[in-house]
Amino acid sequence: MVTVEIKTKISSLDERINAMALQGESPLGTQEYFVNMGPQHPSTHGVLRLVLKLDGETVREIIPVLGYIHRGMEKKAETLGYRQQVHLTDRLDYLCSVMNNWVVSAVVEKAAKIEINDRIQTIRTIFAELQRVQSHLLWWGVFGMDLGAFTPFLYGFRDREKITKIFEETIGARLTMNYIQPGGLMYDIHPDFVKDVKAMISYMKPMFKEYDELVSGNIIIQERLKNVGILDAQSAVALGASGPVLRASGVAHDLRKIKPYGVYEKVDFSIPIGTVGDCWDRYSVRMLEMRESLKIIEQLIDSIPEGKHLTMKPGAKIRPPAGIYYEQMETARGIFGVFLHSDGSEKPSRVHYRTPNFHNLWCLTKIAPGGRIGDLVSIISSLDVVVPDIDR
Amino acid sequence: MSVSSVSQDIASHLGSAPEISAAYFVAGLLGTVTFLTVMALILIYAERKVAAHFQCRLGPMRVGWHGLLQSVADALKLILKEDIVPYSADKFLHALAPVFAVVAMLLSLIAIPTSSRLALSDSNIGVLYISAVSGLGVLGILLGGWSSNNKWSLLGAMRAGAQIISYELSATLSVLVVIMLSGSLKLSAIIHSQEAGWWIWRAPGVGLLAFLLFIVSSTAEINRTPFDLAEGESELTAGFHTEYSGMRFAFFFLAEYLNLFVVSALGATLFLGGWMPFHIGNFSGFNAAMDLIPEFIWFMGKTAFLIFLSMWFRWTFPRLRVDQLMKLEWKVLMPIGFINLLLAAMMTLFGFYFFATT
Repeated sequence: MVTVEIKTKISSLDERINAMALQGESPLGTQEYFVNMGPQHPSTHGVLRLVLKLDGETVREIIPVLGYIHRGMEKKAETLGYRQQVHLTDRLDYLCSVMNNWVVSAVVEKAAKIEINDRIQTIRTIFAELQRVQSHLLWWGVFGMDLGAFTPFLYGFRDREKITKIFEETIGARLTMNYIQPGGLMYDIHPDFVKDVKAMISYMKPMFKEYDELVSGNIIIQERLKNVGILDAQSAVALGASGPVLRASGVAHDLRKIKPYGVYEKVDFSIPIGTVGDCWDRYSVRMLEMRESLKIIEQLIDSIPEGKHLTMKPGAKIRPPAGIYYEQMETARGIFGVFLHSDGSEKPSRVHYRTPNFHNLWCLTKIAPGGRIGDLVSIISSLDVVVPDIDR
Repeated sequence: MSVSSVSQDIASHLGSAPEISAAYFVAGLLGTVTFLTVMALILIYAERKVAAHFQCRLGPMRVGWHGLLQSVADALKLILKEDIVPYSADKFLHALAPVFAVVAMLLSLIAIPTSSRLALSDSNIGVLYISAVSGLGVLGILLGGWSSNNKWSLLGAMRAGAQIISYELSATLSVLVVIMLSGSLKLSAIIHSQEAGWWIWRAPGVGLLAFLLFIVSSTAEINRTPFDLAEGESELTAGFHTEYSGMRFAFFFLAEYLNLFVVSALGATLFLGGWMPFHIGNFSGFNAAMDLIPEFIWFMGKTAFLIFLSMWFRWTFPRLRVDQLMKLEWKVLMPIGFINLLLAAMMTLFGFYFFATT
């Protein structure tokens, strides 16, 4: 047993705030002050609390305060069997629930050596990409609203509804899916699934033009996003950012390409990369990603192989051999990883989630100081944080 | 302007004793208040419907036919709601602020003529009076933000103060163009000067530019998107009225829509000929047909058009950032306004506009 000495100094929130207060005066000779942004604030997307040190309108320093929606997910997971792991992950990043389900299922399958067929892999991939589009659509709408334009919010929801309908048809749920389980899927796809997905794709494609006309092409949007909140590639990697946030900073890192899972090897798609790493790049990367996702679905939808949707007996207990297992995948917000420690019993002895939002959030402390409050809002929005995923 | 001078003003119009005209004035004032309250309710309903249809929804549909009574229901709700005053607020100023906001708006509408016969007070300094009185509204916002004792409110109020005072400059510069061309501060005289054509196109280029300047800067003055930084919901929770609820909140809300109406009515009066019907040169048949439409309808139609324009860009544009807002005013709109004023001065001097009377 190797003991590791922990050298990190742990300070309380009060100590950190006091430390901030002691720092130098502002150049204008004005007084700096503290404001709590959240836990109830329209643009922190839930119960995130940010302690801001402001100089007039300019943000000097930020301390994110977590814990307002901590539910002890990892501890709870230790009391559940391997089949039951899936259901908790819906509640982490609720906009990527199918993708979260997939990661847990994949790690359990890897641990217990459960074989799955091509049909399952293809359907999982299609659902993951559908959800990526759905999640980005919601983000796009909320992004517009955070910048003060309310209309994109409803446009985003209107089109997201088309995808939600498809989910509802097959799964019966609209948000917390519980769809992918170890050994396959909960249900086979609905008979109309292929037809509806095709209709959705042909509906969505012209819509991107509308989004560009309404939001991307707007001069105010561009003025507010360009050269705001620049995150350079080095800090992005150092802070552990992933997903569109990392790619917008110019790092071509996407697990779908680097370490393909599902049927991503078989399909042809590209990953959009930003150059500057500002809010505009993060915006454009996501807008392009939606188009790529539709391209992936288009390639797969006509050739879903025949087969069973579940390769193991539904009620069977899973007992993986003792050991450490880890699996990670690219969700709409970045890398979601699940760590399992099995002692050979029916329940894991330790579960840990590596969630993308937790790491992406800390980019805020690096890039927001120096900007205005308005910039801070657009930066939070461009990082696309989902708070229950940060706290778990 | 005092009540007596206004009543003398009316008396000279009607040719009757000042006592009778004072009664007229009070009746007119009450009428204006009622008219504006109803107007604000209609505008709120209209805004919700316009927004809904821009956003592919239906908007209010339940209360009354197509939700017609929705604003009335909302107003009732706000009246019955508990009025919460923050513990550490300055109670007197907190109560005074919404009153300031509404009264300033009510006062400014007195001077706007709605038809050739229907004007409460057609003062000689109508334009000056309106810009002075409507400027009082910012006091309400500043007081409200300060007295709430909330940092977000204060930030919103400071933003509003800086913004309204800055944009008043270019609004005034654009109004000056019309004053110069028509040669009067009296609103009825300005309308009469547009008999041959509205100022928006009669003075080539200059009129249109002044109109655009007026639209942009007046939108900023009344704190509507894309200039709604004072209440920027996603940034400052609700800005200066974060700590207001019930009837006091309703007053701010009312003031916001009255503001919209006043600004649009002023824009219609100055640039679109007010109640003047649309005429084309010597097409007497067409002109006679246009004259059949009542003047009041012309006035309201033009105002409604401007209001719709304002709603249109409210539901399309996002919000500017605070430094961009100031840059836009001081580095873009103000210089344009001054150049435009210079051009207008030269045009007036040489009579270089359509249907010049000199």
